[in-house]
Amino acid sequence: MMLEPVAAADWLVVAPVVIGIACGAVLLMFRHHLRWQAVFSIFGLCAMTAANAALFARVLAEGPISMTMGNWLPPFGITFAADALGSGFALVATFVAVACTIYSLCEIGAVGRRYGFYPFLMLMMAGINGAFLTGDIFNLYVWFEVFLIASFGLMILGSEKQQIDGATKYAILNLLATAFFLSATAYLYGVLGTLNMADIARKVDGLRPTAPMMTIASLYLLAFGMKAAAFPLYFWLPASYHTPRNVTGALFGGLLTKIGIYALLRTLVMMFPTERLELSGVIAVVAVATMILGALGALAQSDIRRMMGFLVISGVGVMLAGLALGDANGISGAIFYAVHSMLAMSALYLLAGTMKDFGGSYSLNHLAGLYRLSPALTALALVLFLAAAGLPPGSGLWPKIILTKASIDVGSPWLAGAILVSGLLTTIALGRVFALAFWRDSAGDGVHRKPTEHSVVPAYGSLIMLTVPIVVLGVHPEPFIRVADIAAAGLLDSGAYLRAVFPIAGGG
Amino acid sequence: METVFSILVGLFFAVGIYLILSKHVIRILLGIAIFSNAVNLLIFTSGRIVRSTAPIIPMGEQVLPAGAANPLPQALILTAIVISFSFFAFILVLAFRAYQEMGVDHTAGMRVAEPEGERLPPMGY
Repeated sequence: MMLEPVAAADWLVVAPVVIGIACGAVLLMFRHHLRWQAVFSIFGLCAMTAANAALFARVLAEGPISMTMGNWLPPFGITFAADALGSGFALVATFVAVACTIYSLCEIGAVGRRYGFYPFLMLMMAGINGAFLTGDIFNLYVWFEVFLIASFGLMILGSEKQQIDGATKYAILNLLATAFFLSATAYLYGVLGTLNMADIARKVDGLRPTAPMMTIASLYLLAFGMKAAAFPLYFWLPASYHTPRNVTGALFGGLLTKIGIYALLRTLVMMFPTERLELSGVIAVVAVATMILGALGALAQSDIRRMMGFLVISGVGVMLAGLALGDANGISGAIFYAVHSMLAMSALYLLAGTMKDFGGSYSLNHLAGLYRLSPALTALALVLFLAAAGLPPGSGLWPKIILTKASIDVGSPWLAGAILVSGLLTTIALGRVFALAFWRDSAGDGVHRKPTEHSVVPAYGSLIMLTVPIVVLGVHPEPFIRVADIAAAGLLDSGAYLRAVFPIAGGG
Repeated sequence: METVFSILVGLFFAVGIYLILSKHVIRILLGIAIFSNAVNLLIFTSGRIVRSTAPIIPMGEQVLPAGAANPLPQALILTAIVISFSFFAFILVLAFRAYQEMGVDHTAGMRVAEPEGERLPPMGY
């Protein structure tokens, strides 16, 4: 019943989670030392990024690696399994968190630190990394709850009226989504008697004729679709994401919905491929509605942060289109788009915060003349807007091309058309922000103030840190497309993943 | 035995969803409490309900004797209960704070974050 002791190098699989929880605990203990909180968090997140990078390099070199807690035989102990998809997402997510933490230097003051921003941040990152790296479906539920409870803390930081209103809707609907997730897991356990994802993937075929697999797969689609903010269950997102601090909005908009997409890919593509094929029509309709309604919602907003919320939703629709296609190109495009979306959406929220610092407002009715105030910010904004709209030289271009081509190849041009129309609407929405906030001459003065050196340096630092990889992804995409292809292939043919978890049984 | 429990779980889900569909925050919260208990009961039932033997491994053995009760659902439910209880406590306080701040416990009146009648963005300059 026991395995050989784990090789020292395999401890890397749990290192990101361990670093997150340990740093969170240390920060809680030293919560009165306000000055050191931020520095320690950046240090901790850099260590987490390094661990994730090392893990990702090993996964790319050797294939998936796994580790089972307590040295028990895999289906019995809780397994952590890193494949190219999970560790790649974890790496990008942690990198984004480092950039956001740098931005927090100019936004989170003594009050925010006293309320525990940094411990919450580290615990949320531990939960996010755990969700990306775990190989056990019930354990995935636990990590969802870990980052969810930390995100509640981040969302109501400051206890403003608006935040409490947004947080109520966010909390109730997300709690409901995890309850659906848990009930799907209960059915799955009742049918298969196992919770290990690799074990599920290899047992599901044998039980398909007799068991209600379609019900379970649909419940997962409902639960994770709600988490990912897919139509018609996205209303919690624009109600809440603009209320917290900008750095929190950036973390949420960049990372949290992508965990829903990751969980959809993991369950529907790896565990229930036949059911995904049955559901692909439904997923395609949901994808089209999500991306078009998200982009239309963005057009109707005058508050730039609420507009960003709708752009996050529109991006979720594009990823769902890849899931609906379900072939190697579709999944690969969805994965690449998810990476792009993590970087670009976080950067857009941080940009909105910086625009407020310069222009004194979030409203397009008041923002004006930012070009004159800061040409550097204008240049950064232009690159980010192009990336988010899916135009060169940004990173949004290539995944959209892959997905459009994949949808034409499988004979659903309407899906390709929807991707292009949503891209056009996004371009109009962001182009209008650029025209009004940056190009328009400011009529009166008084609202405008030159931000202090102290607040500008971290903002520019974090924006540049996110813009550089966005441009690199856009200008030199080949290696990244190759990695996305590897991650997609690992999902579609889970043989290597199964062999990593069950070395003795050989995946059979 | 499982049939009776299935009916009970179905009743719990029905009551929970009915309450969540209400517009009053406190009824939504009660609905969520019942809904999460429905899920707990569902896990319990799907682990199969056996009366015969307690799940204790006899001295010198490596595995459970045949026909023993399934201990895993209880571990899962214990985890889920702890989590859902702490979440329930959190949103109960949150709802109370929302009532204090906004003076309503009705979702139609909670429009602070998304005010009604907001101006559209300017069409030009």
